[in-house]
Amino acid sequence: MSSMNRREFLQMLAVASVAGAALDARPLLAAGNADALYEPANFGNVHFLHFTDCHAQLLPIWFREPSGNLGVGGALGKAPHLVGEHLLKAFNIKPGTHEAHAFTALDIAEAARTYGMVGGFAHLAPLVKRLRAGRPGALLLDGGDTWQGSATALWSKGQDMVDACKLLGVDIMAGHWEFTLGDKRVMEIVENDFKGKIDFVAQNIKTSDFGDKVFEPYSMREMNGVKVAMIGQAFPYTPIANPRWMIPEWTFGIQDDNMQKTVEEARAKGAQVVVLLSHNGMDVDLKMATRVTGIDAIMGGHTHDGVPQPVIVKNAGGQTLVTNAGSNGKFLGVLDFDVRGGKVQDFRYKLLPVFSNLLPADAEMAALIERVRAPHKEKLEEKLAVSEGLLYRRGNFNGSWDQLILDAIMEVQGADIGFSPGFRWGTTILPGQAITFEHLMDQTAITYPNATLTEISGAQIKSILEDVGDNLFNPDPYYQQGGDMVRVGGLQYTCDPNAKIGHRIQDMRLKGQPLDAAKTYKVAGWAPVAEGARGEPVWDVVARYLRDKKTIAPRKLNQPKLLGMTGNPGWADS
Amino acid sequence: MNTTRRTVLKGATASGALAALIGAGALRPTHVLAAEWNKAAFEAKDTAGALKGIGAGTPVESKDLILKVPDIAENGAVVPVDVISNIPKTTSIAILVEKNPQPLCSEFDFANGAMAEVSARIKMGQTSLVKAVAKADGKFYVAQKEVKVTVGGCGG
Repeated sequence: MSSMNRREFLQMLAVASVAGAALDARPLLAAGNADALYEPANFGNVHFLHFTDCHAQLLPIWFREPSGNLGVGGALGKAPHLVGEHLLKAFNIKPGTHEAHAFTALDIAEAARTYGMVGGFAHLAPLVKRLRAGRPGALLLDGGDTWQGSATALWSKGQDMVDACKLLGVDIMAGHWEFTLGDKRVMEIVENDFKGKIDFVAQNIKTSDFGDKVFEPYSMREMNGVKVAMIGQAFPYTPIANPRWMIPEWTFGIQDDNMQKTVEEARAKGAQVVVLLSHNGMDVDLKMATRVTGIDAIMGGHTHDGVPQPVIVKNAGGQTLVTNAGSNGKFLGVLDFDVRGGKVQDFRYKLLPVFSNLLPADAEMAALIERVRAPHKEKLEEKLAVSEGLLYRRGNFNGSWDQLILDAIMEVQGADIGFSPGFRWGTTILPGQAITFEHLMDQTAITYPNATLTEISGAQIKSILEDVGDNLFNPDPYYQQGGDMVRVGGLQYTCDPNAKIGHRIQDMRLKGQPLDAAKTYKVAGWAPVAEGARGEPVWDVVARYLRDKKTIAPRKLNQPKLLGMTGNPGWADS
Repeated sequence: MNTTRRTVLKGATASGALAALIGAGALRPTHVLAAEWNKAAFEAKDTAGALKGIGAGTPVESKDLILKVPDIAENGAVVPVDVISNIPKTTSIAILVEKNPQPLCSEFDFANGAMAEVSARIKMGQTSLVKAVAKADGKFYVAQKEVKVTVGGCGG
């Protein structure tokens, strides 16, 4: 049987098993799928493996993809703004398969129990090894948001992730949340731990006084006789979306002109393949691909979009592939190029979901993770409460985990209204599961965690909502910041994403009464970006609330009424 | 990072750095130190008034006038602006922020033959169009771009 036929046979077997077989058949199902999923045919002579936005999730997790990722303007109905069945249809993925579960929120609780947990570095490691074995010289790229997102990453100032990435064999890295550890800590890791092992690259970070480069803009390697350049792009709006005072001497931005110069410099030095390891977010990457020429592929992250196939963008220099590799350690992107005659002739790409049950744990990585957790085990595993419903974060306007945080900070602080940031990281809790302190930290582990209570006017509340709404729905991606809408507790409103700033947020009401622009309201929040902010860490506030309640009933999501979004394929009612 | 250069320059006096620029011919001392303060232009409360004050009226758009500003300001209090005029015989460049209470931020004059390139840091209170206006051979040209000033937080 040729390898192609064998694979097809195994896929058929897998489909048949899911359709008809009981869970008893899982060992057979698992074995079949592991081969079908994890042996994309070898192709070409230049290979990149890519993960991004793992947010320090070392262990396997549950993770619900969004059912709300609205596209507006030119992004309407196009990847990455497709959810649920729209996504399956666009990428020709069969419902009721491992892949359908990996890429969508469809039947999440049921499907999660069927297919098991996703991600985990001990399971990612054997997948990397397996793919590398068939792809000599393959480079492993880490798109960033790696040193933040868990209790152990916060408490070790990113050291657990630095060590895990070195063991995993990361070659090149870009960054975003890394910078919230402060400039000194970032330099300490880059200049010591990473030296001679991992290249931390960023073409768009300069010193704010003289515009000197802070990191190498790109890394040049040779693979199977072909020179390849990997350019780094840090999240351009780090000093706006996160505390600027933590990186006071650095300036970021998109920097198209400098990107073009960097591509040309790498080409002049002999690069036959240029890859941009980007933390722009997919919409920004798609626009950049129309403006900057000479990039073969933009391997992106930040917006946490699990996009099964690249978007091919035609531009003045030919074409650029744009990929996005999801988040939380759930996916590994595999890009193979056939390079002949000094240039890319063809490509193959696959975004592989990491199913922990299908990938036996790597012993060395498992030992490292165990070592990292050992000193904190008791604290991490404290059961705070049991959740009766599904708790998740992703979605444009709210998630049930955020609703729980809002309910907690509003009740504990006696606030009328609650704001919780539109972060896209954070793991999922299945109905009936215990919420541990570690799970709570998955949602809140940042270096500026203060819970706040402020008195602000109705007019200011409207202006904040408009401002964040524009970061999400501005039709020009270069004005978007890649997070979701600030989650709002207590206050009802209507949102018209297609409107201009100042007009998107309408009919704001508190307990049925219109919000008064002149009146002040008590607003609970967390994650203040200003220097010198005070307040108890939000995890302590929420932990108290959970311990007190013991059982958490399913959350009632406070979502705005949407205008003009009927039929948008970036929205599914589920 | 070039720490040595930074340390040396931090130690140098501001007047020393300015003297270096004057010596290099970038600025004409008479204009910097003795030119009459264009009170009407700098104190104008709207863009039309400021443009009138510098004698510009209605400038025409030019691709040879390059304005580099961020899409979103990292810090509204110090927004970096670079302006390069490739228009022959450029003798002045002005920078305006349409929605500032007093839109005209700065005006630079160039001696004949000086390269018409300026870098400045401007203050912006809110999202606004930023305009660069160049005077060349008696005519006025403009380049403009919106810079967003945002409350921050919530990303990613």
